[in-house]
Amino acid sequence: MFYIYCPHCEEHREEEEFHAVGQAHIPRPLDPESCSDKQWGEFLFFRDNPRGLHHELWVHAIGCRKFFNITRDTQTYEIKEVYKIGEKPTFTADVAVNAVESTT
Amino acid sequence: MSDQNMNATLSYAQTINAMQQRPVTESGIVGASPLAHVDFAQLATAQSGQSSTVELTELALRTHIVLRGSLNNVAFVEGVKAVLGIELPGALKMHSAGAVSIRWISPDEWLVVAPGARSNEIEQGLIDAVDGHCAVVNVSGGQTILRLSGSDAHKVLQKSVPLDVHSRSFPIGKVVTSVFAKTQAVISRNAENQWELVIRRSFSDYVWLWLQDCCAEFDLVIKQDE
Amino acid sequence: MNQPNRLDQGGRLERATAISFEFNGKKYPGFVGDTLASALLANGIDVIGRSFKYSRPRGIVAAGAEEPNAIMQLGATEATQVPNVRATQQELYNGLVAKSTNGWPNVDFDMMSTLGKVGAKVMPPGFYYKTFMYPKSLWSTYEKFIRKAAGLGRSPLESDPDRYDHYHQHADIVIVGAGPAGLSAALVAARSGARVIIADEQAEFGGSLLHSQEQIEGIDALEWLANTVAELASFPEVQMLPRSTVNGYHDHNFLTIHQRCSDHVADRAAKNSSRQRMHRVRAKWVILATGSHERPLVYANNDVPGNMLASAVSTYINRYAVIPGHQLVLMTTNDGAYNTAFDWHNAGRKVVAIVDTRAEGAAAAVVAKAALLGIKVMVGTAVVEAQGSKRVKSVSVAGLNSAGDKLVGEVSTLVCDTLASSGGWSPAIHLSCHTGARPVWSDEVIGFIPGDTLQQQLTAGSINGCFDLQNTLIQGTEAGQQAVKNAGFSLEGEVVAPTAAAVVINTGMALYHIPHPKVTSRAPKQFVDLQNDVTAAGIEMATLEGFESIEHVKRYTAMGFGTDQGKLGNINGMAIAAKSMHKTIPETGTTIFRPNYTPVTFGAIAGRHCGELFDPKRYTAMHQWHLERGALFEDVGNWKRPWYFPLKGESMQQTLERECLAVRASAGILDASTLGKIDIQGPDAREFLGRVYTNAWAKLAIGKCRYGLMCGEDGMVFDDGVTACMADNHFVMTTTTGGAARVLEWLEIYHQTEWPELQVYFNSVTDHWSTVTVTGPNARKIIEQVVDDIDVSNDAFKYMDWKAATVKGVPARIFRISFTGELSFEINVQANYGMRIWEAVMAAGEEYNLTPYGTESMHILRTEKGFIIAGQDTDGSVHPYDLGMGWAVSQKKPFSFIGKRGMNREDCVKEGRKQLVGLKTKDPMQVIPEGAQAVDDPNQPIPMTMLGHVTSSYYSACLGHSIAMAFIRDGHKRMGDTVYYPLADGQSIEAIICSPIFFDPKGEQQNV
Repeated sequence: MFYIYCPHCEEHREEEEFHAVGQAHIPRPLDPESCSDKQWGEFLFFRDNPRGLHHELWVHAIGCRKFFNITRDTQTYEIKEVYKIGEKPTFTADVAVNAVESTT
Repeated sequence: MSDQNMNATLSYAQTINAMQQRPVTESGIVGASPLAHVDFAQLATAQSGQSSTVELTELALRTHIVLRGSLNNVAFVEGVKAVLGIELPGALKMHSAGAVSIRWISPDEWLVVAPGARSNEIEQGLIDAVDGHCAVVNVSGGQTILRLSGSDAHKVLQKSVPLDVHSRSFPIGKVVTSVFAKTQAVISRNAENQWELVIRRSFSDYVWLWLQDCCAEFDLVIKQDE
Repeated sequence: MNQPNRLDQGGRLERATAISFEFNGKKYPGFVGDTLASALLANGIDVIGRSFKYSRPRGIVAAGAEEPNAIMQLGATEATQVPNVRATQQELYNGLVAKSTNGWPNVDFDMMSTLGKVGAKVMPPGFYYKTFMYPKSLWSTYEKFIRKAAGLGRSPLESDPDRYDHYHQHADIVIVGAGPAGLSAALVAARSGARVIIADEQAEFGGSLLHSQEQIEGIDALEWLANTVAELASFPEVQMLPRSTVNGYHDHNFLTIHQRCSDHVADRAAKNSSRQRMHRVRAKWVILATGSHERPLVYANNDVPGNMLASAVSTYINRYAVIPGHQLVLMTTNDGAYNTAFDWHNAGRKVVAIVDTRAEGAAAAVVAKAALLGIKVMVGTAVVEAQGSKRVKSVSVAGLNSAGDKLVGEVSTLVCDTLASSGGWSPAIHLSCHTGARPVWSDEVIGFIPGDTLQQQLTAGSINGCFDLQNTLIQGTEAGQQAVKNAGFSLEGEVVAPTAAAVVINTGMALYHIPHPKVTSRAPKQFVDLQNDVTAAGIEMATLEGFESIEHVKRYTAMGFGTDQGKLGNINGMAIAAKSMHKTIPETGTTIFRPNYTPVTFGAIAGRHCGELFDPKRYTAMHQWHLERGALFEDVGNWKRPWYFPLKGESMQQTLERECLAVRASAGILDASTLGKIDIQGPDAREFLGRVYTNAWAKLAIGKCRYGLMCGEDGMVFDDGVTACMADNHFVMTTTTGGAARVLEWLEIYHQTEWPELQVYFNSVTDHWSTVTVTGPNARKIIEQVVDDIDVSNDAFKYMDWKAATVKGVPARIFRISFTGELSFEINVQANYGMRIWEAVMAAGEEYNLTPYGTESMHILRTEKGFIIAGQDTDGSVHPYDLGMGWAVSQKKPFSFIGKRGMNREDCVKEGRKQLVGLKTKDPMQVIPEGAQAVDDPNQPIPMTMLGHVTSSYYSACLGHSIAMAFIRDGHKRMGDTVYYPLADGQSIEAIICSPIFFDPKGEQQNV
């Protein structure tokens, strides 16, 4: 049971109020007609499944009904940050790798 | 877009279809709340004079209007204020003036609750007063309000919602949309021991059954809607 | 009645109230303050059950949650049966009824005990995997026998009459365990004003203090305890939860606490109150002060009744005034357990000897105390075997080398009836493990201690391997201070930990498995996990068979699989596995504990989400009317929709025929309020509709309605409905009943994440409108009577128009759309007036035989017209062209609408796709079952080549024959072909492919 900070309601709420939608930052191609079947297939079906940091789209379904992003560690379930649609994450896998390297 | 340019010359009221939703008063037609079958008035009469640590009142047949708009839209913000005499509240806040209140629902959504008889007047007033990109949507038929009061009312909520209802995190004047048992509610704290639940029509019988079960240990008393 | 093992004095009992209880059909006396276990011991009951696999007699071993044997079936009536209750945790009440869980047909004479006597060869470890796998056909025979013999408790056959509930809590600091560490932490936390919850699984707070003989702050521990509990109770923000087990420690500091509110009072909870409550707690900080479990030693026949944990013996004597035997032999690896011998001696019964496995023995003060009491102490010695079957009769002792792996000298015998053992203490790290923390082995503690965690969690006391009182109090106080600070609170003045006497002790010995004169595999059984009958020999055999991972050893032997989760046996098992593989315990690793810490009843898990409240039922404003008319209901999502309205004596088929014929002949009325309705406003509303629907919206005029299909990006249909243009910037969309929430979220996700520049707002108005559909050739005549102010003639009010009107004084929007193919009007009014309008329409329709119909007739009528239902005739794998609905797709729209690219993928445009067609059966009365698969040749060998399935199939009374919609590979090109539907009974139904529009193909009826 996650405890999730909603960036629109500006407080933590229980996971029951939210739906996980899937991987974040998968924009719809601006010109679908110019996509090959392979490109469209990638957009439709292929998703990352990382061990570690993952950017996810969530919606505060029973709440403000707004979508937002979460950076979550899939190993520890730690939520590193939440950020609104259109914003960029500050935690990324690259940053995390660097951090680990600097400590070893 | 050409449509948009053309619309820009029209007022909000001209671009939407508004209708009076309540029968004109002279017709004598009274609506039925989603909990009409419970007959709260009769239960309240039977229990009149009794008090309990949990008391329930249905605030039936109120006017419920959803407002959508941006706080950056001055015509919208000022229009609402001009009609209701209340500022649009910020996140998780509720503002009231007399029998009219505005609940924050989301950054671009609010719920106006007012006496049922003022439905047509307030809806049309808002539609005429606001402008720019916004929406005024009457949802009076789709929901009802249950008021829980008494010193154990917060315990009923603790059985039903995952929120922290302690005064330190849920002060008077706060409003939150959340899970209520297996449905949802817009929950506000109106006084130290008084809470209001705005619930959806189709789920209201479920909420009533749930509350009766939750309140078994408190000897629930039904109070008359003033 | 006489309780042979009850002491005359002492204990925390209400002796004034004598009560009685029933065990395996016999009545016994006890006291309020007893547990079921202490009362059984007081009454001299040695055998309380039979073991799981070998059916050996078993007695009570422990005094708390770790008890492996005394697992009871509780309940005085069928409805109140509770399986798997630990007798050591069940408080005694008057009239309690308990039965042994294991022990069929009874505990004293057991058929299965022949297995035990014949020997381990009958059921070796891995037995289930090896023996019962094959032959598969015999499994059902084995299963019956094994399940009955294993006796894992049984569920009640009647429904539970009690209430259970959930309680949501938020706290600044949650303290798990109210022993000395937890209480000292709570005192500090409470004084800061923080919101504190302190929970303990026992009836009374105090933990080890409840049987302690030590002093705190210069007063008896029990007095300090009483003062502390009283002080905690005085803080308004402190919640004390006794009889409350923190069973799970979940992500982000979420805890589940299982509180037994009335299990200690009676067989049933008092009227209107909850029997058990599940607290669902979100904590800012958590302090684990869960203590530790004493570890028994492993030796031959260590399961015979009379073998007990040393600390349990002390608990029974001091707390319950029960002495569970006459002559005690105590075997210990540490100083602490000497107290058990002292307690036994002070209770007036004989201590035969203290057998200390350490060559150097205990600290001088401890040894001196034993000498003073005249207790014989044997150092460098171990008990290698106990004798007896239903009670210990004697034990064999021998010298032990300092490494603990070899016996030295002769074996001698000591006569006794009780053998208490202590192999040291294992920290109760279970909750720490729930957070994903890997336990860390400590040679100093001789146990696993909590590993690093990401949770906001602190630990204090013996969970850290801190076993002396003074340091426990200091750790508790410090954890309290830290938690206060971390949770954002502060304390005034200096914080001082309560003081206790310093104790000097000799270090304990790391010993788990006592060697036997015979090799382990030939020695009498040496049990590691008493609940699952796992022996030292079994673990050695597992490692010999090549299971090297401790997780595999666990699964192979079933060690730790019981309801006790191996609280007593796991460390010993790991030590034996490690030794057998010539590794250390940390090298071997440990298994991880998972929730729940102790078994939780289904009642507590379900809370009040059961019975009527299991799933919300959604009702329309006209539900009461439907009920009164005797409607049967169909679940559509959470909605209760009228299914059909039978008249007295009618069969379902007769009802459907009557309803359908009435619609086609005159008029029917349907409650369509459940359809999803979304109010869409904004300058870009029209553009948005064009992007999410497959067809064109640019030219839909105000006052007009249009049907639309909604697809996913893969091009597959997922919802459909009619959308009406209310004004330039204003539309009202309808969705399927089940799809309403999904469609709204679908619109929002595109608006919020892809096209935020479009100015549009979506609002659900599903509940706000009641929809009364009047359909049939006489619909207009009925509508005319109820509409006050508008012309409803075909010229003034055309098909696919909507109009504002007043219906019997109530403002309404009327839509002229049709799902039956007949002339139809859908009246929408604010739901508060829905019932009134329904009744008005019914009254007006009386002379036209206006007939209410439900979803079943609706399905027949729409199937006659070939109208699809998204979700029944679609399954996420069909695009509009597959449905023959290419007319609803506008490939020319400038914006590449959702689904366009997807439905033009190579696979979506190739030959051989399954396409929706109609079917007429050769025998007009035969209705093909929905889901049946078509084949070209019913006589082909199995597996047959399947062409597609039937999606909708009914008998049409209007047409006088059965009709169906179905997918057929390349079906649109196969009109007139015959296909076959083989059924399970060997028959097959012959059908001819046709257009799915069976009735009025030109659509004339709806246009009149």
